[in-house]
Amino acid sequence: MRISFLHCFLFVYMSIGFNNSSTLYAQEKDSIIPVSLDKIYLLQSKRYLNPEPLNSHFSPAPVQELTGNTLSRLSTNSVADAIRFFSGVQLKDYGGIGGIKTINIRSMGSQHTGVFYDGVQLGNAQNGQIDLGKYSLQNMEAIALYQGQRSDLNQSAKSYASSNSIYLQSKTPEFSEDKKLQTNVSLKSGSFGLFNPAVDFDFKINNKLSARFSTEYTNANGEYKFEYSNDTYDTIAVRKNADVEALRLEASLYGKQGTKTNWNLKYYHYDSERGLPGTIVANRFERPQRLWDKNNFLQGEYTHHINDFYFIVFRGKYAKNYSRYVDPEIITTDGELDNRYTQKEYYASLVNTVKIRPFWNISLATDVQKNTMEANLYRFAYPKRLTLLNALATDFNFDKVHIQASLLSTTVNDDVEYYESAEDLQKYTPALMVNWQPFASEKFRLRAFYKKIFRLPTFNDLYYTFVGNVFLDPEDATQINFGFSFQPEIKNIAFDIQTDVYKNLIENKIVAVPGTNLFRWSMLNLGKVETTGIETTIKAAGNLGKKIHYRTNLSYTYQESIDVTKGTSNYGDQIPYIPLHSGSLSAMLDYNKLEFNYSFIYTGERYSQKANINSNYLQPWYTHDLSLGYTLFLKQNPLKIKMEVNNAFNQQYTVIKNFPMPGRSYRFSLNYTL
Amino acid sequence: MKNIKLNLQTLLLIALLFSFNACRTDDPLDEEPATEVPTESSDEVKGFFLLNEGNMSMNKAALDYMDYETGIYDKEVFKAANPEAVGGLGDVGNDMGIYGSKLYVVVNASNKVEVLDVNTRKRLKQIDIDNGRYLTFYNGKAYLSTYLGSIGDPNAANGKVVEIDTTSLSITRSVEVGRQPEELVAYNDKIYVANSGGYSAPDYESTVSVIDIDSFTETKRIEVAINLHRIQIDNEGDLYVSSRGDYFETASKLFVVDTETETVKKTFDLAVSNMTFFNDMLYIFSTEFSYQTGENTISYNTLDTTTETVLDGSIIKDGNETLIKIPYGIYINPETKDILITDAKDYVTPGSLYCFSADGVLKWEVETGDIPNKVVFTY
Repeated sequence: MRISFLHCFLFVYMSIGFNNSSTLYAQEKDSIIPVSLDKIYLLQSKRYLNPEPLNSHFSPAPVQELTGNTLSRLSTNSVADAIRFFSGVQLKDYGGIGGIKTINIRSMGSQHTGVFYDGVQLGNAQNGQIDLGKYSLQNMEAIALYQGQRSDLNQSAKSYASSNSIYLQSKTPEFSEDKKLQTNVSLKSGSFGLFNPAVDFDFKINNKLSARFSTEYTNANGEYKFEYSNDTYDTIAVRKNADVEALRLEASLYGKQGTKTNWNLKYYHYDSERGLPGTIVANRFERPQRLWDKNNFLQGEYTHHINDFYFIVFRGKYAKNYSRYVDPEIITTDGELDNRYTQKEYYASLVNTVKIRPFWNISLATDVQKNTMEANLYRFAYPKRLTLLNALATDFNFDKVHIQASLLSTTVNDDVEYYESAEDLQKYTPALMVNWQPFASEKFRLRAFYKKIFRLPTFNDLYYTFVGNVFLDPEDATQINFGFSFQPEIKNIAFDIQTDVYKNLIENKIVAVPGTNLFRWSMLNLGKVETTGIETTIKAAGNLGKKIHYRTNLSYTYQESIDVTKGTSNYGDQIPYIPLHSGSLSAMLDYNKLEFNYSFIYTGERYSQKANINSNYLQPWYTHDLSLGYTLFLKQNPLKIKMEVNNAFNQQYTVIKNFPMPGRSYRFSLNYTL
Repeated sequence: MKNIKLNLQTLLLIALLFSFNACRTDDPLDEEPATEVPTESSDEVKGFFLLNEGNMSMNKAALDYMDYETGIYDKEVFKAANPEAVGGLGDVGNDMGIYGSKLYVVVNASNKVEVLDVNTRKRLKQIDIDNGRYLTFYNGKAYLSTYLGSIGDPNAANGKVVEIDTTSLSITRSVEVGRQPEELVAYNDKIYVANSGGYSAPDYESTVSVIDIDSFTETKRIEVAINLHRIQIDNEGDLYVSSRGDYFETASKLFVVDTETETVKKTFDLAVSNMTFFNDMLYIFSTEFSYQTGENTISYNTLDTTTETVLDGSIIKDGNETLIKIPYGIYINPETKDILITDAKDYVTPGSLYCFSADGVLKWEVETGDIPNKVVFTY
């Protein structure tokens, strides 16, 4: 037989992908035309085999995306778990079902990443980090990671204001024909004492209005065995105080008026209590600290075509985040240490997009945001921050060349009720992005971008009692990226190859250093980090015989992130928690109603602290996850049953030093749509 | 044919995945060689132990040993002598002391005191005590201050002083003192403990607790200043007690307490980070942060305890104070009078130990573990 291994890849994969590409491409190129929701669903269902080949191909900024079907098939609990499959990403995972999970993209630090939920940023003025472990995949349609910035001209000014961004797209109402109500019920259970039921309802109120209601409850004791050992001793212990109880509620309305106006409104509620299992150190395997979180936000988006050349988008949000931390090991004159923090955010954004020529659009986005924070801390400043962002962007889109340039103006005014506030800030930062098809073939495209941006000092950096320093400057970031997208069809077999090389420089890095005297730390603009990296993703899909379909995804990242802070003993060392090599592999197989998924994640050796010495060395880790699913039909409604084995080889490892990760674990899930 | 080829591919893939197992190694890097220090051998003092605190939650407390006879500075001698100790020395090495042939190491966040044989460095006993801070010895007993008296009681904010028998190595008695007690000295059948109250800022403690050793009760609290920390006693029975201030309006100062009258008799406007007493002299350094320059100003002073005056000039005479980023501990070799100063640098990278001659001239420097804290000499 002359059929090679490559032949076995699905040819349907790419042909379907490219057939759709023309439709989608048009929309990509002309983002002014609103895409109706129905159209998206249609495309999504057709694009099942390779759901996201186009964004990455035509975008001048590197983009990685995971959508509905793929998301539900990876063995993932939360957004954080899914993001591990992207290249260039390091997840800071403190372990377990309730553990904090933040991401570090291209070694720039988590505060450089903007996380957007349905187009509006999730804020945390207190520490600038979003715990992605708290965002469930249950109600998520797509997750995309953009390096630099997204190139959609209809985005808010906030979308220009970070070094890279993650866009979370929630599920929108979907109806099969003649249905006014669709219900989805799911239940997950397994290791860690997990009990995780979820219910979603979609209502079609009329042709112009639909609603979605999504709720989920999570309860787990979070306990797992771990091994604590060296050459001589070998101890098995159980992770304690790792329980979590959380309730998520989302209610959304989607409306349209004619073909020119669309709007949506969403209320999001999250309420949780969890134990903080803490570090495992000699003689201390249990800790009593507890954390409560209550997040509420209301956000909306209104889009309207004033005429064929002028389009506006309005977005708004109100958010209130409350958290409480109790430490029974610290007894003050008022009893146990009991810190309470409340943050509020008010946000409004208006985007005007004008089509000057068929190939030339310009956009002006203006965002106003107010953040406040209260805390029952000694000498707390009660800061308020007013941020005004203006982004002017222009986009030239020719057949073979796509150029986008933008300039962001940031104006920040901080005000405090007590003590000192930071000085006002005004900064202008540019970005230039190009996507270019150098040859006649549209299968190969080059891309490049240059961007200067910064992250503001957070409220904690500036005002946290004893630690904060109001003299801080923003942390500056410069990024340069070159890459290509190659989507060849070889003998009816399709590939999607994305590769980028990049360099970024972080200056005035905000770091904690010993401060006022021996007993205090202080935040200072001290560090400088230079990162050179290569990342690549290779996707392929295919048929094995006639009945087995499969998709594979391989990603690899090489990152040299060097501390180049002058006058330090660790000058030239790799920065903490950044491995030189990391990568992932996933494979999904379908045979009739049976599905099989396999994924492998690898993180190379790295150091837990600045000095690259033995005592800071962390072993590489790699986990294998397997799952098997079967769909059967009850009264013609699909019921999906799935079994997962995660970390199948029971590897004992830590991502963050002294935070042991779970060994082998199991999960069983049922999902029924009616 | 096709299937065979496929299976081969699959096998290769699986083989590749399993080959990653080889990527884990028990011996990641070459062992760091012991450092040799140019030092003259001495008669009485054989060497010293140095305790590296390690940043909290890193579990990196480490014990180093300097041998004056060989001039070898050995790192992590606890780990080498006690490979079976689960988790090693532990998290945050706060204090240590030698009494007789035993070395006592207070490991704060690991809730324990390790008792080692000074010569073999082998663990004799691990004593479990929550949140231990500082140690002193008196008449066959060790006395340890701890931040919280009764664990798990939200109304019990007071700390305590625990008595450990140095023969049986068991806890014999304990007494409640002020909140978050810090350093302590024993003198004339009494223990003097500096209370800080650091958990309840701005409601700091402001007293030195006096414990009668015989009855093991707190007999008095001497009013000094807020947020007390260091305490040393001179040859005349005067206590030198440092206050950390409130880090904002109230500055760090040094107070002299007469143990006979048990009252403050003198105040120095001198910020004290750490100090040591030797031969009628207090060696003091202070680190103060300036919000104007954004930098630390560090000064090294000596105080004559017989005249109770601060002497002119720095301890360091050769201009090498600029080498030291964050001085953390200061100790005097009782035989050579050499001055040892530890440098914690940025707290998260290995620190340094500097040895200056009695004249304040740098003799040698050696790299230590993270946050070199305490030095005790061996005889």
